[in-house]
Amino acid sequence: MNLEEARRLLKPKAEKALAKPAPHGLDLNLSVFKLGTGFATGVEGSERILESVGIDLGERNRSGSYYQVDNRAVYASARHSGLTVKPLSEALKDPKNLDYYWKAVSVNTDKYTAAAFLGEKEGYFIKVDDGVNVDTPVQACLLLRTPGLIQAPHNIVVVGENSKLHVITGCAAMREEAGLHIGISEFYVKKGGTLTFTMIHSWGKEIHVRPRTVAHVEEDGVFISHYINTSPVASLQTHPAAHLNGNGGRAHLSSIIISRGASQIDVGGALELSAPACSGEILSRTIGFDKSITVARARVAGKAPNVKGHVECRGLLLSNESRIDAIPELEARIQDVQLTHEAAIGRIAEEELIYLMARGFTEEEARSIIVRGFLSVEPTGLPENLAKYLESVLDNIAASL
Amino acid sequence: MLYLKNLVVELGGKTVIKGVDLQVNRGELALLMGPNGSGKSTLLHAIVGDKRCRVVSGALFFDEKEITGLTMEERVRLGLGLGFQFPPRLKGVRLRSLALRILEKKGFPSDEAEKVLEEYSRLLRMESLLDKDFNVGFSGGEAKRAELMLTLIQNPRLLLLDEPDSGVDVENLALIGSAISRYLSSNGRAAILITHTGYIAKHVKASEAHVMIDGRIVCSGDPGEMVSNIMEHGFEACVNCRRAKQ
Repeated sequence: MNLEEARRLLKPKAEKALAKPAPHGLDLNLSVFKLGTGFATGVEGSERILESVGIDLGERNRSGSYYQVDNRAVYASARHSGLTVKPLSEALKDPKNLDYYWKAVSVNTDKYTAAAFLGEKEGYFIKVDDGVNVDTPVQACLLLRTPGLIQAPHNIVVVGENSKLHVITGCAAMREEAGLHIGISEFYVKKGGTLTFTMIHSWGKEIHVRPRTVAHVEEDGVFISHYINTSPVASLQTHPAAHLNGNGGRAHLSSIIISRGASQIDVGGALELSAPACSGEILSRTIGFDKSITVARARVAGKAPNVKGHVECRGLLLSNESRIDAIPELEARIQDVQLTHEAAIGRIAEEELIYLMARGFTEEEARSIIVRGFLSVEPTGLPENLAKYLESVLDNIAASL
Repeated sequence: MLYLKNLVVELGGKTVIKGVDLQVNRGELALLMGPNGSGKSTLLHAIVGDKRCRVVSGALFFDEKEITGLTMEERVRLGLGLGFQFPPRLKGVRLRSLALRILEKKGFPSDEAEKVLEEYSRLLRMESLLDKDFNVGFSGGEAKRAELMLTLIQNPRLLLLDEPDSGVDVENLALIGSAISRYLSSNGRAAILITHTGYIAKHVKASEAHVMIDGRIVCSGDPGEMVSNIMEHGFEACVNCRRAKQ
């Protein structure tokens, strides 16, 4: 089968789903956006914002890079043997790679996946061969520059058997005008492989964001995802899922959502523990500022014996006009599962503020210490420099209150 | 160093301190004793400027200057330091980073801050707890040692300690007592120490003891004599003695 045939088979399904709303989040009218290539051709002038989302244009401590502006791939590099980093359009010329094409995410999930499929232009394809440990991260940058555009990258990451890969993705918008980002991400972690995926978003207050992510994890595979949203958005809705299909697979999804302005955010995470002895956890930290509305969802389904899952949702309201809903869900299909959750939403306790002020801090400093503590999520699985970078991003968030 | 003049303090709409006069001079350690709910903690919080403790009347003086109208931040900068009876748990805030921030705030460059922290954490045997979240999962003794360490590294001239000895075993008691004594051996420092049980009295050299009942200091005198009396007869004896005086 070639790409054309594969697309012909999927097309009717996608067309039927073009009007299908997503179960959560603000429903968007896609006809107000256009799906073109966009006029931008490079990342020039956006160095600072890219640095703020973890992209190092100097490629220090990076084993590969992919930069996409609007819907055009502008740069790809791989500097590790056994590592492939390519624009999707190029990778799909090899029919073998069609094995990963719309196999984890269904084109008819909702109108956003359907639109992304029908207008598909580009995305990244990152693959690590079997038995290869890529110890320094691969970075991917998705920059939205053209106003009114749908940016719909289709990304595929494949980690071979007993291989290891770290990906950091930075997504940002350069303008205040409206736009829509639909990132389709399909991750495949083979037997004994490990993928850590760190994504930092810095969009604009008129941008709508609808990432669609599914990871398939085989026996003893590990999938770790860290997501941070730092800036206001018009709306953001995502519900990444990890399907653990082989014995002993593990997944860890953490998200840090800073809701500012009038953002309407609905961020979830789902774990399907479908094989024996799988385990996973979903952690979320949400801070509500201004008039933002945030829903933090997490769903763990235990469908095989001896699986363990845990959900921890914490929210901190820093404005009386903001709202946070935490919705943890557990589903057990058989007896021999252990699923737990904890959820808590509150504001900064006066007692803690006074304590820190008695230690000599100003009220602002005390707040920042408490918020930084709230945001502390172990940078599980990350190499040291990436973990440090993530800590510095959180330091900056806490210091900029 | 510290002088309280007919201090009346309200907490949560209730008058808790009902007219306290108290003086503590340089080099002194005053013990403050009294039954639960007598207002001891409120008094220390009012001295350090906790905004929840509203001064209704009377005045506070520190180094001959009136501090009644100063905020907590200003009083801490002048050299008052309070060790809390129940410091909060701070999830995600490591003891080490909190201690270093306090030291940096005091003006220590980061390498010197590390040295000071090392010294105090050795003194109070806190080394193994430095990388834990502050007070999360700490035992009674560990929490008291951590709190004393953070209070001492602030380098206050007037040390206010709220029950550093409650819920603490014998070994920790000796450790805490010797750390306090060592701190106060430097010139120009003084302390007020609340003790409910009096256990700490064996390990520190107090200059005076005061008994507080129902928002008033009802008795002041020799610490050795008063502690042993209270340990033998309880605060009931103080209540009766007070009635006799009246």
